[in-house]
Amino acid sequence: MSSVNRQVSVRQLKVKKCNTKCRLIVFATLAICLVAVAVFADRLCPYDPYAQDLSLSYQAPSAAHIMGTDAYGRDMFSRVIVGARASILSTLALVCIITLVGTAVGTISGFIGGKVDAIVMRVSDFFLAFPGLVFALAVAALLGGGVLNAIIALAVISWPKYARVARSQTLSVKVSSFVQAAVLAGDNPPQIIFRHILPNIFGPILVTAMLDIGTMTMELAGLSFLGLGAQPPIAEWGSMMSSGRSMLQTYPWVVLSPGIAIFISVVIFNLLGDTVRDYLDPK
Amino acid sequence: MKEIITVNNLTKYFKAHGKADTAAVDNVSFSLHDGETLALVGESGSGKSTIARLLTGLIKATDGNIRIYDKDICKMKKNKAIELYSQIQMVFQNPAESFNPRKTLGYGIGESLKNRGYNSGATANKVAELLEMCGLPAEIALKYPHQVSGGQCQRAAIARALAVEPRILICDEATSSLDVTVQKQIIELLDKLRKSKILSIIFICHNLALVQQFCDRVIVLYDGKIVDQGTPDEIINNPQADYTKLLVDSIL
Repeated sequence: MSSVNRQVSVRQLKVKKCNTKCRLIVFATLAICLVAVAVFADRLCPYDPYAQDLSLSYQAPSAAHIMGTDAYGRDMFSRVIVGARASILSTLALVCIITLVGTAVGTISGFIGGKVDAIVMRVSDFFLAFPGLVFALAVAALLGGGVLNAIIALAVISWPKYARVARSQTLSVKVSSFVQAAVLAGDNPPQIIFRHILPNIFGPILVTAMLDIGTMTMELAGLSFLGLGAQPPIAEWGSMMSSGRSMLQTYPWVVLSPGIAIFISVVIFNLLGDTVRDYLDPK
Repeated sequence: MKEIITVNNLTKYFKAHGKADTAAVDNVSFSLHDGETLALVGESGSGKSTIARLLTGLIKATDGNIRIYDKDICKMKKNKAIELYSQIQMVFQNPAESFNPRKTLGYGIGESLKNRGYNSGATANKVAELLEMCGLPAEIALKYPHQVSGGQCQRAAIARALAVEPRILICDEATSSLDVTVQKQIIELLDKLRKSKILSIIFICHNLALVQQFCDRVIVLYDGKIVDQGTPDEIINNPQADYTKLLVDSIL
């Protein structure tokens, strides 16, 4: 009886694993498509996203302009596609930066321990104690508008989360026998970190980063919406929504088109993040 | 016989938050002679593993000194540690945990060789040789820790410890987590190796029957202190301390 049950559960596990793999493939493909759109935006957009034609302003969606046009008669569809570059590529750059910085800080601090660790962790507590976006607003306002400054502002407030994850993982790996064996093999500290610690803490950090892409997309768009990110006339989803918001009731497509783009990309990246988590942690 | 490890008044305190510091090792002195197999027995928390970590310089002593081949390792600089590890190596308790799960066993065994300037070809040859010496097929080098059994993993761990041809091997409960038949094989392997390589072994264990079979001398630890020492027969036939009596009674 129990062996029958066991077979069933093993089969269920296999099915689950297979489902996760299928989901991973689907969402990864979708995410890659999004990134490809961002990279090849210039070739994909049907019109020049910056060409103004006031005679065409606020055209409703039609066969010629499937997302309509904005106040200056620019094709919304082209602007949404080109906006992917500022939105998605800068989000990915942001996530890469905070992952690298946070992991480096957390791993080194956890590895060294003692006073260094205490100081680094109090500094990260300091950043975590502020409401994130409010602090980012302050930093962005200090630095002035621009995509790069928005990335810096969000990076400044977001790295501590990664430092925390990397540190706690490092602390648990550091005491394991294989790290002690590596010390006995004559590894120096950088060798221990790169050969033994980082490969073993990579999973949780990757999951954190994947789950963060969606949040970061929204926060970058949020900063741009408030005028602290991308500056006009650069096409960026947040600033496009912001510029159309006064016309929401009369010409809703000016706000809805970039809004839907943000919605779709956030959903795709969040689902991808969830799936990567399920895949790496099959429990 | 020549003393190769001399431990004098070794003390290690661990800091406890809010409470008085706990003494894991309390004023312990002993020595290890060339070619000898010395057993450290005692219950969990008696300081056996702490002594092993002190001897290998993984942690620093609070007080006392350890001389290995007439060098005081408590005063050793960190960058000189690699010289110490050419003389003393350790086999850990949990075989599955003693290899990096993301690297092959061959990588783990060859790591100390690479750190000593072996190129990849020479490392691979030496790894194959070490595996054969420990009774494992050469293909094991390409496997990951989760793909092999506990016994195979422990043999590989012994191969890793012997890669740099140390004179002293510390086995920190190296057989405790293995089942009895595998335990016997590992003991036989260690026995063969100590004869052919003239190894001195510090054998940390809590199984007196095993110690009687395998070791020349026994030190019984209780609460960080040495409570009894002598040959295995002396300890078993004429235990002095209360804890030793309990331990002898527990032999099945």
